[in-house]
Amino acid sequence: MVNHPRYIDPVKCTGCGECAMHCPVAAINEINKGLDDRRAAYIEYPQAVPLAYAIDFDACIGCGLCENMCMAKAIKYDDTERETAVKVGSVILSTGSQAYDPSDLDYLGYGKYPNVVTSEGFERILCAGGPYLGHVMRPLDREEPKSIAWLQCIGSRDINRCGNGYCSSVCCMYAIKEAMIAKEHIHADVDCAIFNMDMRTFGKDYEKYFLRARDNEDIRFVKARAHTITEIPETGDLILQYADEAGQMKEEIFSMVVLSVGLKIPDSSVDLARRLRIELNKYNFVNTGSFTPVATSRPGIYTCGVFQGPKDIPGSITEASAAACLAGTDVAEARGEDIEVIEIPEEMDVTKEEPRIGVFVCNCGINIGGIVDVTSVQEYAGTLPYVVFTDQNLFTCSQDTQDKIKEIVIEHKLNRVVVASCTPKTHEGMFMDTLEACGLNKYLFEMANIRNQCSWVHPNNPTAATEKSKDLVRMAVARVATLKSLHEKKIPVNQRALIIGGGVAGMNAALSLADQGFPVTIVEKEEKLGGMANRLTTTIEGADVEIYLEELIQKVTSHPQVEVLPRSLIVNFSGFQGNFTTEILVGPGMYERKIDHGVVILATGAVEYRPKEFLYGQDQRVVTQIELSERLKEKGAQDLNRVVMIQCIGSRNKENPNCSKVCCQSAIKNALHIKKLQPDAQIFILYRDIRTYGFLEDYYTEARKLGVLFFRFNSEDPPVVESSEAGVMVTFKDNILDRSLRVSADLLALSSGMVAEDTEELASIVKLARTEDGYFMEDHVKLKPVDMATEGIFVCGTAHSPKLLPESIAQALAAASRATTYLSKDQLTLSAVTAWVNPELCASCLICVRSCPYGVPVINEDGISEIDEALCHGCGVCAAECPAKAIELNWYEDNQILSKVDALLEGVL
Amino acid sequence: MGNFEPKIVAFLCNWCAYAGADLAGVSRLQYPPNMRTVRVMCSGRVDPVFIIKAFKQGCDGVLVAG
Repeated sequence: MVNHPRYIDPVKCTGCGECAMHCPVAAINEINKGLDDRRAAYIEYPQAVPLAYAIDFDACIGCGLCENMCMAKAIKYDDTERETAVKVGSVILSTGSQAYDPSDLDYLGYGKYPNVVTSEGFERILCAGGPYLGHVMRPLDREEPKSIAWLQCIGSRDINRCGNGYCSSVCCMYAIKEAMIAKEHIHADVDCAIFNMDMRTFGKDYEKYFLRARDNEDIRFVKARAHTITEIPETGDLILQYADEAGQMKEEIFSMVVLSVGLKIPDSSVDLARRLRIELNKYNFVNTGSFTPVATSRPGIYTCGVFQGPKDIPGSITEASAAACLAGTDVAEARGEDIEVIEIPEEMDVTKEEPRIGVFVCNCGINIGGIVDVTSVQEYAGTLPYVVFTDQNLFTCSQDTQDKIKEIVIEHKLNRVVVASCTPKTHEGMFMDTLEACGLNKYLFEMANIRNQCSWVHPNNPTAATEKSKDLVRMAVARVATLKSLHEKKIPVNQRALIIGGGVAGMNAALSLADQGFPVTIVEKEEKLGGMANRLTTTIEGADVEIYLEELIQKVTSHPQVEVLPRSLIVNFSGFQGNFTTEILVGPGMYERKIDHGVVILATGAVEYRPKEFLYGQDQRVVTQIELSERLKEKGAQDLNRVVMIQCIGSRNKENPNCSKVCCQSAIKNALHIKKLQPDAQIFILYRDIRTYGFLEDYYTEARKLGVLFFRFNSEDPPVVESSEAGVMVTFKDNILDRSLRVSADLLALSSGMVAEDTEELASIVKLARTEDGYFMEDHVKLKPVDMATEGIFVCGTAHSPKLLPESIAQALAAASRATTYLSKDQLTLSAVTAWVNPELCASCLICVRSCPYGVPVINEDGISEIDEALCHGCGVCAAECPAKAIELNWYEDNQILSKVDALLEGVL
Repeated sequence: MGNFEPKIVAFLCNWCAYAGADLAGVSRLQYPPNMRTVRVMCSGRVDPVFIIKAFKQGCDGVLVAG
């Protein structure tokens, strides 16, 4: 590995930003897409981790100002490239993508007209930390735009100008999001229009977002690809020229145009793949298999995120866990070998002692000290009740100060510590470790945030900043005096996993865990494993699902660590992370069995929607896409001269507003299959939006090349289907001819969507959240896509949302990976910040039961509320709601919070 | 009222608003120095009584953000 020089030591750098503040050189700020400047000493963005600056040596003039200013002595002008060799068992490539640069598409005027920006640029314009601090303004005159147009598919779905035939998958959603936020930020009426070929809102609940944008926020969706943008020089407004769906030439004027640029793989990643000898596809994304979605062509090297294929955040995070699962499995035997055990001295008992508080005030170089009068804050701290020691440090977080604090705690018999410095979000854990290392309970600690929330935000008012610092220190001292020692409970972990559902997702999750040595039980309600995949023939890429499934079932049933319980039903469930107990009725005799396990993976799957529409079930010639695949495999297509397919059956309608994601590709897969068997067959696909995201777009292109005919219909004006002896008569409107067409088809294939398996009972037994359409609801849509809200329970496959086989497999691996984070430990450490009930005060009024966002409190056998500390998330909602004041949240007890308010307002009246 | 400097207590959720206030610092955004933060693990932890008590003791404004 080569580490490029940063010229600022990231270990020494405290992120104070003095170097950037004094740097005299301006450079283009790439993160804000050139809409503003940055210094040569810079940090890419304020949220960067680690928060360490670097010097852009191409821009630096070597004046030495930053070196003089840096009190942490982190500037290293002579920094050089370093080479490091690391011995590893597996590698994950997650190098991501870059946005397509539209400068070469001359008809768009990007780079020529200031008010044409890319979606990345607009994203920065919307951002509070962006060039205009979140005020939506045009780059030309910093005026608020009155109308904004988004142009979709810039650098995607374009083989004509840029060679990117794939769909970037994310742009439709981000364009809607940008339009919604623009509407929110601009208080005046702003006309937002999204020019698209198809709106591809295919993810979980994404269609609902699209409908909200269209129906509630009045965002316009125009079916067109603009061919020319010209600027009106006097105003900077832009004229957009396009042809509408009927082929009419149109012109519209917008104050701003946003180009929804697609995702592409940077040259550096292509180079890396070449050096690692990894196969890439024709668009430079990593070549992965239908059934091995995160494995590269070279064993031991895995990939995830956009390098694997265009995708959004939840998909990337899911794949990241999946790649981690496989990478971890390769080295499972060596697990835990490099762990260092830290010796912790025995804890001092300070419960009976009067508080003896030490206050350490930090200068943070000149970050605090340059504004706040630290000496006067330190002196003031010495006057506060129970304070027996005060000190100030240049950098309280430095290793030598930590050592000094340890000595002082012992020497001065301190039993409470306050550090007045930066934010507890980044440094609390470190200081708490210091306390622990000298035998003091780590919860006898409090921070006063006098940097991030004081000196940094009030640099022009040093007197007020000093007063505020004194107040914050007084509040912290008051609180720390009320704190009690707390102990984190350790609970054992049962290393068995219970997997509910034995389809492709469930089996993949089971195998991944079993291969790492964890015992697994699969509960399957049917006689046979395989679920929905039993009905599938091939993937669109041509991989044989039947063979795959057979091998998978064979592996699962012969694995010594996997137990399969077919025809079984879950009847009872209890416990918490690491320690669940499930009661199961096991078929065929339906005898009862109790299983203890540490985690649960939900993989209950989905089924094909059984259409009520278009004569399905009444006319034999009307079939679903899955039935058509089966038929093509069994009977071929010799007798098919004309086939009509209708999309969005049982999806995107009133009953089920969401998109089922897989049906567009199912239709195209079958259409291509028919064309292969019977090249002269006429195929009509009647659709609303074709949603062949990612590389699926290639198959859509191929289908059109082979003469498959696509007609868009409006949901208000759907096709009409009648039965006749000659064929199934389908009448629909052609938008270009602006007239009705009638086709007599040998076969009508309905692209029917997915429906979640009936999981209502399971959800009530295990206490699981579901979406309106019955899919399990994950803890966080973006950041925790396979975790359920209850710790230790995970979800994967179509039980989560409609998805294709490779996506189900990736999510199954991800769920296994997340489960491993529990199963690989002998014991779990629970947070001490949990709520507890004083039984004497509890009136069993049920308010806590109803208000807990995680459904944790229960009324126990004695008729009082009980909160399981292993399930409690420590938010404290119950403590706030309890009318009898019977509930307290550790570390945030009423008096511990109010002590701060009291200290602040002391003597005000 | 010309010199009125209000005293404001802000109960900020650790996971969002408190992190936001920190980020305002990293971004060097400027705002009046009248606010004093009390960090809580969730804005739902804020008992309405806390707010009343703050006002009763002479606080001019209470901000609950989360």
